[in-house]
Amino acid sequence: MFDSPADVTERLAAVDYLSDDAISTSVFLAAALGKPLLVEGPAGVGKTQLAKAVAMTTGAELIRLQCYEGLDEARALYEWNYKKQLLRIQATSDDDDIFTEEFLLERPLLKAIRADGPTVLLIDETDKADVEVEGLLLELLSDFQVTIPELGTIAATRRPYVVLTSNATRELSEALKRRCLYLHIEYPTPERERDIVLAQVPGLRAELAEQLARTVATLRALELKKAPSVAETVDWANTLLALGREELDEATVAGTLGVVLKHASDHERAAKELGLPDA
Amino acid sequence: MPEPRGSLVDRHVGFVHALRAAGVPVSVAEGLDAAGAMRVIELADRESLRAAYAATLVKKPAYRPGFDVLFDLWFPASTTGLAAVRTDSRIDPATAELKELREHLAGLLTSSTDQELREFAQAMVERFGRQEAGPGRQNWFSYSVMRALSPETLMASILRNVLQGRERGGLAEKTVRQQVNTGIRRFEDAVATDVRRRIAEESGIERIARSAVRPPLDQIDFLRITKADLARLRREVYPLARRLAARLTIKHRKGRRGRLDFRKTMRASLQSGGVPLTTHFKPPRPHKPELVILCDTSDSVSSFAHFTLLLTYALREQFTKVRAFGFVDTVDEITRFFLPGSDVVEAMTRLANEADMVRFGRTNYGHSLERFAERYADALGPKTSLLILGDARSNYQPPALDVLKSLVSRTRSAYWLNPEPRQQWDTGDSVASEYGTVVPMSECRNVSQLTAFIETLA
Repeated sequence: MFDSPADVTERLAAVDYLSDDAISTSVFLAAALGKPLLVEGPAGVGKTQLAKAVAMTTGAELIRLQCYEGLDEARALYEWNYKKQLLRIQATSDDDDIFTEEFLLERPLLKAIRADGPTVLLIDETDKADVEVEGLLLELLSDFQVTIPELGTIAATRRPYVVLTSNATRELSEALKRRCLYLHIEYPTPERERDIVLAQVPGLRAELAEQLARTVATLRALELKKAPSVAETVDWANTLLALGREELDEATVAGTLGVVLKHASDHERAAKELGLPDA
Repeated sequence: MPEPRGSLVDRHVGFVHALRAAGVPVSVAEGLDAAGAMRVIELADRESLRAAYAATLVKKPAYRPGFDVLFDLWFPASTTGLAAVRTDSRIDPATAELKELREHLAGLLTSSTDQELREFAQAMVERFGRQEAGPGRQNWFSYSVMRALSPETLMASILRNVLQGRERGGLAEKTVRQQVNTGIRRFEDAVATDVRRRIAEESGIERIARSAVRPPLDQIDFLRITKADLARLRREVYPLARRLAARLTIKHRKGRRGRLDFRKTMRASLQSGGVPLTTHFKPPRPHKPELVILCDTSDSVSSFAHFTLLLTYALREQFTKVRAFGFVDTVDEITRFFLPGSDVVEAMTRLANEADMVRFGRTNYGHSLERFAERYADALGPKTSLLILGDARSNYQPPALDVLKSLVSRTRSAYWLNPEPRQQWDTGDSVASEYGTVVPMSECRNVSQLTAFIETLA
């Protein structure tokens, strides 16, 4: 898929995803070693975006499984179409086999396994799913196959590129982690964040982007309940552009702080620490 | 033991062993993955090599600092020393005046690449970090480098330069301060890394590796925690509190799918000619867990108390109904300090000043429990979980076991977390086992044990 980490950096940049050494190397290795890539980090640093960017730059189809508490096999893997099966039994008198392809409802995991073309399988927010789902994933992630009792084992015709994301609200099992390469994405350095903002918000002056990135870094250094994410920095940039502000001074920050901080106590704290006027 | 200086394979094996010795669990399969990665990446690119090792071997952020220290020892940056500062030809680090060096550093602190900063740090260690330790031997120190350059004292002049007469004390200054502080920390790290490298060259990697790596964050003892660790711990505690809340809720919910929604089921059956193929259920009524926390806030466990208050604060946000009580030798309700949405740092300060938990200043579990039973017994009920946090050291005062027994009998469940190592229980004035017979007691000295405790709740 990729020639080298440098190649990854270049091709991701072409679809407006600015990576760094760690990201590029991990993405490259996941492709080269054929292993799933587990991406952890705080909310809004671009974990999901990374999977999308990989799909886009390799021309692969993106199949997404959003995890949540209570997700089960029927939603993740496959399900039998009971209604259709029952109607078939009622309609035809002979004992037709009702456990065939025709009655199989594909869910994201099975779809990714059976896809013919290049595929990126995104298993989003894995930590939200119950522990049982991890068990379900193990066979898929180590052997790239799933077993359906009535049909047998279905192996991948073509290995999907698998990206799992997690906010680390709970520790994923050792078994799962062992099968994956691991990438921890932190908030970007101010320099990189400035470049991200510039790439996402064309028309913003470089100087203002720099100021924005530095200010966000300062906010993150405060003890906030919810630190501003990269996505919120970009929102902030868009806001400033829409308002036609050229300078990020105290009054502007105080007036637009709601774009990046989403808790009243965080507002108070930021206002106190940064000496902002009352908004 | 032979030096791991031979082939790449030896170095790889030595590195993996050192990681394990430092508490990073690296399985054989992961070691092989790393070796596999070595075959496909450019080995000469050091950052790429570091990323490849990190991706295959380090699966938890808590292990990362230790990993970085060891990586720098096993795969050191080019050892050029004084000749390294090529990026800026204006100064010669070997002969330049101290004033010039400090000016150069000031420039690097506000804007520099890692490469520039590292090279300058190497040159400065070469010049200021050496101390003769006997004939033909020398020691290397970072503090002498930091003392010579004293980067902290650069702040004033940097601020003057960057702000150029703009208003002081505002956002701009705060931003620059943040930037410079980050720069100083990076410089310190670079110096420390280079000092370790030089020591390793003189006396062997293994010797320095053992002393250079601090235990990972989740294994740091609550009783020996530093201020800096606490700030980082705070981030670890939130998800754990959420998890604990979820655990106590799920436990109740399992096996209960809610009642059959008859109307919805019948309506859906119209599609299949009146046969109710799909059954619909009413969503189960959400269970509202209630929690009462009793925590020892005495000096002997002050760091632990700090942590438990953090946990309390985090839990307060997760549970619908939490009441928290702090005690030393008498007990006071501290729930009011932890209003959801309030500021945790402020809450702690107010708590220390206003709460009434101390009479004589010596921990007295028995007395505290009696007072609690007298004043707040109504906090406990059949829906309540009780969480006691403390070391069960009561200064040889009567433990009031009966009181605790009657308190526990009114609750749904009760747990006791003790920050002392199990071996020290029942030594001296500890009555851990006696309390342990009434309330199941778990050793909880670090984040990984707290995590394990939460997992067992399920």
